[in-house]
Amino acid sequence: MNAPKLRIAGLHKSFGTGERRTEVLRDINLDLADNEFVSLVGTSGCGKSTLLSIVAGLQDFDAGELSIDGAPILQPGLDRGVVFQSYTLLPWLTARQNIEFALKAAGYDRSACREIALEHLDLVKLSHSADRFPSELSGGMKQRVAIARALSYRPKMLLMDEPFGALDALTRHQMQELLTQIWEEHRLTVLFVTHDVEEAVYLSDRIVVMGIGPGRIMRTFNVGIERPRREEVMETPAFMDLQRDVHKAIREASKRPEMA
Amino acid sequence: MSAEHPAKAGPAPSSPSPVAGKATRRRSSGIGVPISRSRFLMIAVAVFVGLGLAWWAATGFEWVKPIFLPSPGSVAAQIAKLATDGTLLLDLQASIYRISIGFLLASALSIPIGVLIGSFRTWEAAIEPLVDFIRYMPVVAFVPLSILWAGTGDTQKFLIIFIGTFFQQVLMVMDNVKRVPADFIGLGRTLGLPDRKILTRIVVPSALPGIWDTLRISLGWAWTWLVLAELVAATSGLGYRITVSQRYFQTNTIIGYILLLGMLGLITDQVMKALEKILFRQEGHSQ
Repeated sequence: MNAPKLRIAGLHKSFGTGERRTEVLRDINLDLADNEFVSLVGTSGCGKSTLLSIVAGLQDFDAGELSIDGAPILQPGLDRGVVFQSYTLLPWLTARQNIEFALKAAGYDRSACREIALEHLDLVKLSHSADRFPSELSGGMKQRVAIARALSYRPKMLLMDEPFGALDALTRHQMQELLTQIWEEHRLTVLFVTHDVEEAVYLSDRIVVMGIGPGRIMRTFNVGIERPRREEVMETPAFMDLQRDVHKAIREASKRPEMA
Repeated sequence: MSAEHPAKAGPAPSSPSPVAGKATRRRSSGIGVPISRSRFLMIAVAVFVGLGLAWWAATGFEWVKPIFLPSPGSVAAQIAKLATDGTLLLDLQASIYRISIGFLLASALSIPIGVLIGSFRTWEAAIEPLVDFIRYMPVVAFVPLSILWAGTGDTQKFLIIFIGTFFQQVLMVMDNVKRVPADFIGLGRTLGLPDRKILTRIVVPSALPGIWDTLRISLGWAWTWLVLAELVAATSGLGYRITVSQRYFQTNTIIGYILLLGMLGLITDQVMKALEKILFRQEGHSQ
């Protein structure tokens, strides 16, 4: 068996100290294979966003092992591209300049930046808006730029924290289709946090259901639905069955456990 | 009367033209109910005109003595006279020079310090409580001390303007910096940028529209401190002229200069606002 791309083993995390200390993640074990798309789902407060933030290197953890390609994760870095729910486009830069900003930070040659930026705007179908400022873009367009930016510097994996959570239903569907297309063509290891089960089933190879009190992994579902996936797949019985099972698992996982 | 013109929507119409039957029942006043721009302007102008008329009537019918309140005509004539003999220009020059230097000094120091304490908790702990303490000391109380330290020249004016604006600015800039979205800093960190670059390339540019607003607001206060310093001890400037005029019962000069100071404040504010629109035009109207 191949070594995992991302390894999370025996990870614990608590907030606060003393009496007010609350455990948010308990004994998380999760390996992501190379080019695997894994979604974390669960009710709010299950620690899924915290886990993603820890993998991004933006938060500490108390105990456990965390590594990418065998190298321990100690801080944020360019090997993990992050897409935040809040778009995070810098408002004083155009769409193209926002991508160039990341490329320059990654140490790309100035002359190459423009070309790579335009190439990635094309990837998310936004070539026509390269010179527009974020204030002139819709929510969906902003998030497409953010995805293009995170992909542009070729990270080893992509971390997405409810990236479509703030979008309306129609735009969200379009974004899901676009992301699936890009992923199927370019293949990349993705850790995706969402509370939308349909979205998780549509996009993922594997779905990890997390429970609360404290946050931990309750169940894992392999999504056997064939690729390439198009929107029609959502109406197949296999898709709907799995969606129902995941929903059920989330409901069960959300019940507070008896104190042992 | 507004109920008959509901379709005359303002610059930000909240809904398309309403159905005729409903329109007559639409509210034209109440908390947060928008009014048209023309209506807003009309009310604002009416207040100015009303006050002007009251002033004109009170002096014209000699309800008050000219020594307490001279007529608008007398004030205008006096300002015109001071403008032609050069007094006004000299006063303006002295005052604008002082406010420029004092305000620039305060801003040049408050912006870097505000950014620092807005970004790093250690610096905040070292500086914020101290600044918070000092800013509650009345500026007026520093006037005797400033004269003792710096005499009655320009330096003392700079000092008073500085004390009056710097400490407020520091706290406001700190606040501007703290409003930078945490995810922006997260973005910088995931791009592997060191703290110094996150500050210069993300935090400062992101806080800049807010910092500009802080400068605009504090510049308004700086006019007050300038005049205060000039009232107490000076040999030139707008505030000095007001004090001298009091000695000779030239109420028309006093009132003329007060109105002039109001206009100067209004003009600088409008200039700063216009520049803000040009400088940060691409950032939308989120600020």
